Amino acid sequence: MTSLSATIQDVFNEPGCGKNQAKSEKERKKGCTKQLQPGAAAGGCAFDGAKIALQPITDVAHLVHGPIACEGNSWDNRGAYSSGSTLYRTGFTTDITENDIVFGGEKHLFKAIREVIEKYDPPAVFVYQTCVPAMIGDDIEAVCKAAAAKFSKPVVPIQSPGFVGPKNLGNKLAGEALLRHVIGTEEPPFTTPYDINIIGEYNLAGELWQVKPLLDELGIRILSCISGDAKYREVAWSHRARAAMMVCSKAMINVARKMEERYGIPFFEGSFYGIGDMSDSLREIARLLIERGADPELMDRTEAVIAREEARAWAGIAPFKPRLTGKKVLLITGGVKSWSVVAALQEAGMEIAGTSVKKSTKEDKEKIKALMGDDAHMIDDLTPREMYRKLKSAEADIMLSGGRSQFVALKAAMPWLDINQERHYAYAGYQGMVALVREIDKALSNPIWEQVRQPAPWETLGDDWRARALSLDPDEAAAVRAEGPRLQAVA
Amino acid sequence: MAERIRSSKACTVNPLKMSQPIGGALAFMGLRGCMPMLHGSQGCTSFGLVLFVRHFREAIPLQTTAMSEVATVLGGLENVEQAIVNIATRAKPEIIGICSTGVTETKGDDVDGFLKLIRERHPELDDIALVYVSTPDFKDAFQDGWAKCVTRIVEELVDAPAPGSVRDPARINVLAGCHLTPGDIDALRDLFEAFGLDPLFVPDLAGSLDGHIPNDFTPTTLGGAGVEEIRAMGSAAWTIAIGRQMHGAALSLEARTGVPFRLFDRLTGLAANDALVRFLMDITGRPAPRKVRRERGQLVDAMLDGHFQIGGKRVAIGAEPDLLLAIGSFLHEMGAEIAAAVTTTDSPILADVPAERVLIGDLEDLEAGAGDCDLLITHSHGRQAAARLHLPFFRMGLPMFDRLGAGHLVSVGYRGSRDLIFAIANLLMEHGHSADPESWREWPAAQADHQPGGSLQ
Repeated sequence: MTSLSATIQDVFNEPGCGKNQAKSEKERKKGCTKQLQPGAAAGGCAFDGAKIALQPITDVAHLVHGPIACEGNSWDNRGAYSSGSTLYRTGFTTDITENDIVFGGEKHLFKAIREVIEKYDPPAVFVYQTCVPAMIGDDIEAVCKAAAAKFSKPVVPIQSPGFVGPKNLGNKLAGEALLRHVIGTEEPPFTTPYDINIIGEYNLAGELWQVKPLLDELGIRILSCISGDAKYREVAWSHRARAAMMVCSKAMINVARKMEERYGIPFFEGSFYGIGDMSDSLREIARLLIERGADPELMDRTEAVIAREEARAWAGIAPFKPRLTGKKVLLITGGVKSWSVVAALQEAGMEIAGTSVKKSTKEDKEKIKALMGDDAHMIDDLTPREMYRKLKSAEADIMLSGGRSQFVALKAAMPWLDINQERHYAYAGYQGMVALVREIDKALSNPIWEQVRQPAPWETLGDDWRARALSLDPDEAAAVRAEGPRLQAVA
Repeated sequence: MAERIRSSKACTVNPLKMSQPIGGALAFMGLRGCMPMLHGSQGCTSFGLVLFVRHFREAIPLQTTAMSEVATVLGGLENVEQAIVNIATRAKPEIIGICSTGVTETKGDDVDGFLKLIRERHPELDDIALVYVSTPDFKDAFQDGWAKCVTRIVEELVDAPAPGSVRDPARINVLAGCHLTPGDIDALRDLFEAFGLDPLFVPDLAGSLDGHIPNDFTPTTLGGAGVEEIRAMGSAAWTIAIGRQMHGAALSLEARTGVPFRLFDRLTGLAANDALVRFLMDITGRPAPRKVRRERGQLVDAMLDGHFQIGGKRVAIGAEPDLLLAIGSFLHEMGAEIAAAVTTTDSPILADVPAERVLIGDLEDLEAGAGDCDLLITHSHGRQAAARLHLPFFRMGLPMFDRLGAGHLVSVGYRGSRDLIFAIANLLMEHGHSADPESWREWPAAQADHQPGGSLQ
């Protein structure tokens, strides 16, 4: 078994994941991802996932070994912010050609590493493996090892060819690379009893900075964020933290769990989205630090900050309440974020017309049920036509989703708000939740909706395409029923 | 004129180039009722899709055969078959356009062979056109993928005219290169229609990606050239090909149908558009419409007004060959100097670019050459270089993800050329430096030491 497939099996065998542990041995080997359906698949590959997870390390040169597609079509397209180096936004690729396919690309890769180091002198080079060099057998581990020895600099192989699986697997493979080659290789200049790691936070739109001031105020130091706004050395010495928070569901659970095993760093799973979740996360951080020897007075200060910030956040949301009361929201997004924001939306007076549970675990669903009550609409998968029908038949006034489905709402002249990774607004922490409510209000109250819904001078009201889409003939309606949606009211 | 040089670096830094398969896929997006699909791992499609969504701000139909590691090694017949059947059932397209990728080309999948087998096994798919084009990622660039795809569309779909059939003198075929925006295509359609012609654009992104509100939900492309219309291209009187990249497709179409073609390497600038209008007058026997005459006058006036700003400026351009030629030549005609020219792939047209040399390279090369320039022109990825060099930055090409209206930027025709002058000259004026008491205290260090956006010439 190659080292890559061994790593993948290891990742599939994640004991930290409750869902995984409920499976039989045989099922577990198959992995956690559904078999993709050719001609009906969407979503990124493992390489995409690995890049998302590691590119936020700002001072590293991220070198993609592959044909132009992998980097040329995708570089500088993610919204992770940096407070320092901008090297992570520079696109590096070997851009391999037919010659490399025939003769092998290892020498080419080695030369590329040399050029990067000579020109940019980064503290480390990360080399990402992609499908084509994986197929022709380029041994990037060996090349990285040779280059590291030759140039006296960490050169880290990331085994992430796209065809081994989806984005989520790529996140974990990226984590494995950090565990094998980076974490524990350097020592911090000093440590404190208040040092934590934040794992799985990418500082999209600067969201880490919505949280950091509160930690600063409490005297809690982010020793290392993996990987938002991180520097290479911070990740390398992250093994000296006293406690860790794992953000964003299960994407990097392997990193959190193995750091607990190897270095005795306890972790909890938390979220910065939503007022209650934010407070719980602060409490958990304080609790774990106190368990590890921090002064127990930390908890009192934490509670004081929580009380103050919650009051400010609710006060920030209150003015929107009269305008938003009774408005219905359709939340279509990956797992955790859905239920994290539900409480804030409800506090602003809004109702949840439905939420997606495609990526959510059973516990997530229980939480949704607890928050939204028994008549919660949990949507497994929605066809674009159904999304539109839900919006249009007044089941929802606004849709919150990722960029892919935005045009379903916009073309239907319905308000829409981006809550996925390419977005430009930061919604984390207390201020972030107020910002989210403000953005929803901005979208809903914009005067354009009334105008853009008017028929053209040559159309009559009720004869536009929207009306037609709603009055499907029986055949069409049957077809829509057959292809989905699968709406499930929780019993 | 220009010398062609290929960068000898092992590491491409800040790529200018994008890959062939998504160039091919975008060409398929100019066909009506089409579902383009990449035969490769799902990431190949996902990256292309995100890129186009960010550029056009439209829903993008693009599917994948979702090749796993095992499927890649064993061969992709089953994946291609399943994908076609799934798309046919779910999306009900008129045509499925398939582009290969680096993964499946390295394996050596014989997709033409697959399609024969699939045709035999699935007679129910007979009324769906299937066009396959080989576009390995590890060769050539976006523009080549587009060009190959259009050639394949012609070869696969166009009917040879029946003997003795008559050509319609009012109908023309227009083979449009990938440097034309939906807005460019609309502008040219207006021009041709003003001469009483009925043009069929292949591909026609104006029908599919111009941002219109569709009549209903359709998972395929919303508009563009229809398969039936393409089949009938042999009954047109003329073919107009725009951009040297369309030369191959034009030759192919002529060989198949006997329809003569005229190739226009570019349609930006006065002389280039005079050539087109003269040609249209010739083939229609009509005088130039009054609107066209007025627009020509306005372009001439814009050139007179704009040469103060543009003349003498040193410009750095990074673009695919045909766009580089169009913009570079026009600015050169306005008196600018193309001081740095970087492109993505080889093309005979590069010899005509009015620069000393054209480098097939990346944005790092362009940045290195643009240090003493007054203006940087490339796609949105140039924003980091422009910021570092403190240069005014004019975005052209694809992707353009940090500006609205990328699809409606018009740079062809008299009017498009006129507006391009205004846009560029305005940008230069905005970044111009005004004098202060110290400006003339010392002589400039060297004649070549130009300040960005330097004083009026």
